[in-house]
Amino acid sequence: MNKDVSRNDTILGLAVVLLAIIVGWQTTLIPVNAIYAKVGPKVFPWLVTAMLAALGVALTVQGFRGGWSRQLENEPIDRLSLGWLLLALLLNVLLIKVAGFIIASTMLFVFTARAFGSHRYARDAGIGFALAFAAYFAFDRLLGYRIGSGIIERFL
Amino acid sequence: METLGHLAHGFAVALTPINLLWCIAGVTVGTAVGVLPGLGPALTIALLLPLTYKVDPTAAFILFAGIYYGAMYGGSTTSILLNTPGESATIVTALEGNKMARRGKAGAALSTAAIGSFVAATIGTIGITFLAVPLVKLALKFGPHEYFALMVLAFVTVSAVLGSSAVRGLTSLAFGILLGLVGNDLQTGQPRFTFGTFELLDGINVLVVAVGLFAVGETLYLASRRKTAPAEVLQVKDSIWMSRADWARSWKAWIRGTFIGFPIGAMPAGGAEIPTFLSYFVEKRLSKHPEEFGRGAIEGVAGPEAANNASAAGVLVPLLALGLPTSATAAILLSAFQSYHINPGPMLLQSQPELVWGLIASLYIGNIMLLVLNLPLVGLWVKILKIPEPLLYGGILVFATIGTYGISRSVVDLILLYALGGVGFLMRRFDFPAAPVIIGLILGPLAEQQFRRAMTISAGNLIAFLDRPLSLALLLLAAFAVAGPIAWRSYRRRLEPA
Repeated sequence: MNKDVSRNDTILGLAVVLLAIIVGWQTTLIPVNAIYAKVGPKVFPWLVTAMLAALGVALTVQGFRGGWSRQLENEPIDRLSLGWLLLALLLNVLLIKVAGFIIASTMLFVFTARAFGSHRYARDAGIGFALAFAAYFAFDRLLGYRIGSGIIERFL
Repeated sequence: METLGHLAHGFAVALTPINLLWCIAGVTVGTAVGVLPGLGPALTIALLLPLTYKVDPTAAFILFAGIYYGAMYGGSTTSILLNTPGESATIVTALEGNKMARRGKAGAALSTAAIGSFVAATIGTIGITFLAVPLVKLALKFGPHEYFALMVLAFVTVSAVLGSSAVRGLTSLAFGILLGLVGNDLQTGQPRFTFGTFELLDGINVLVVAVGLFAVGETLYLASRRKTAPAEVLQVKDSIWMSRADWARSWKAWIRGTFIGFPIGAMPAGGAEIPTFLSYFVEKRLSKHPEEFGRGAIEGVAGPEAANNASAAGVLVPLLALGLPTSATAAILLSAFQSYHINPGPMLLQSQPELVWGLIASLYIGNIMLLVLNLPLVGLWVKILKIPEPLLYGGILVFATIGTYGISRSVVDLILLYALGGVGFLMRRFDFPAAPVIIGLILGPLAEQQFRRAMTISAGNLIAFLDRPLSLALLLLAAFAVAGPIAWRSYRRRLEPA
């Protein structure tokens, strides 16, 4: 076992161990009624804690022994594209209540298109707006889900 | 004969104009999402789950079944013309079919895939028709112990046996079960893993998890590897009508693929990956032209495609008869049943005969529609394949957002959606399978319910699971399914010189 340690895989394994710790800690906080003590609401949570802990350790050990992800055909991450996309998602979360679904979704569309290499912002904004408008109309007006108001929605 | 009477009644339900329209809508949408890389039936049906509040169950399930079958047909078109298999089950088709297309035989490859899918899905549907009733009779003898043992077996095979690594598969499963535990405990009403938030009390919506993993996660993954040169869409230059020689080489492969795929799909393990590979190797073995394999052999498309569709049909057997989902899409279908407060399983055939037989009849009808939709109209789908990436993924994210935010209007759900997208991205990059997450999420709470019922019956005695012959046998199978491959691998390693 003198292969190099795979840093990424080891970190991932440790993250699963950390998740197990959080799950175990949260399990201790589940309130239990004495009547149900034997097969109560904690049995499965403990089972999941144990599974995650064992699997997390196994993944960490695999990471130490060279890991598995090196054999996958993983190209280096395209940070620029991923960055645009993360920005798109973040903006959507921030805007959806303030500006309303239609504007937030149009922005989401334009930024996602940018992440996939489009520079035709006007076209993307037009298509994104049409799509968001149609989706809003179908959900809110035809299906009756209340999507909430916004800058454009209040005029509809 | 009783079955034929039910089936006739089912056709009466499925052939009403309104249900025919739902079926057409289903197979069309299904083919489209099958063709589009990055979309699949699990995601699409999840996004359409809100319909279940507005549409009657029979219509909704006819629509969903159409999507389920349609996506199989559409997926093969993409594998052949684009060589980007959407899921592991179409890797083989991508392998041989794309090679055929490169040699100018795209039409024949599409044709053998579509007709093979038709043959397999039709035989598979016949299998569902005649297996459902006997299996239900067996299932009625199951108590909570047996059900729990059966679910354990399904968990293990879905996550540890299929896929490339047992450890990673089980990690996905544990994560899914964890997500399923969030919210009020159904039996005692105690909140679990809600971190004191109000939004999580009702649990995590299936839609959020499926859309997060499959739509957001996939989009993030594809954006992260944009530097890789995009694959080109190959042209269909030859006729889509197969030559006599193509027919002669295809038909036996279709039949063999069907009989490999259906039984494996119908087992509690499910999975379309093993039967497609199995079919590929069988065809390679039996072919008179083994030298063509790897360079575009028509049997290598015909067999695996048939196996893929037959196993998809097979998966519906345990779903309808036992309430046991063995694929991500089947799990989403189970949650659609739940949102109608219908329990799939042995009682389903008695309590909802209209729904079940109407659904089965619509599968026969949908298959015929799909054959028409995918052969003469294949040019239409090729056009869909040419939608530019920026617009396609922009659209996917807008629909993912409205599907989630639209029904709950909760920013917490939206954040959860994107966070699960991040998890989906990591899972994709580090080769963790997604299906066990969905199956754990939906089957986990049911398994817990059965476990607690069983424990109540046997007064908290765990040994009760081993006292009953059927549950013991199922648990032994599950143990063997985990330990077997590991033992085999270490045995083989010992044989190889170090």
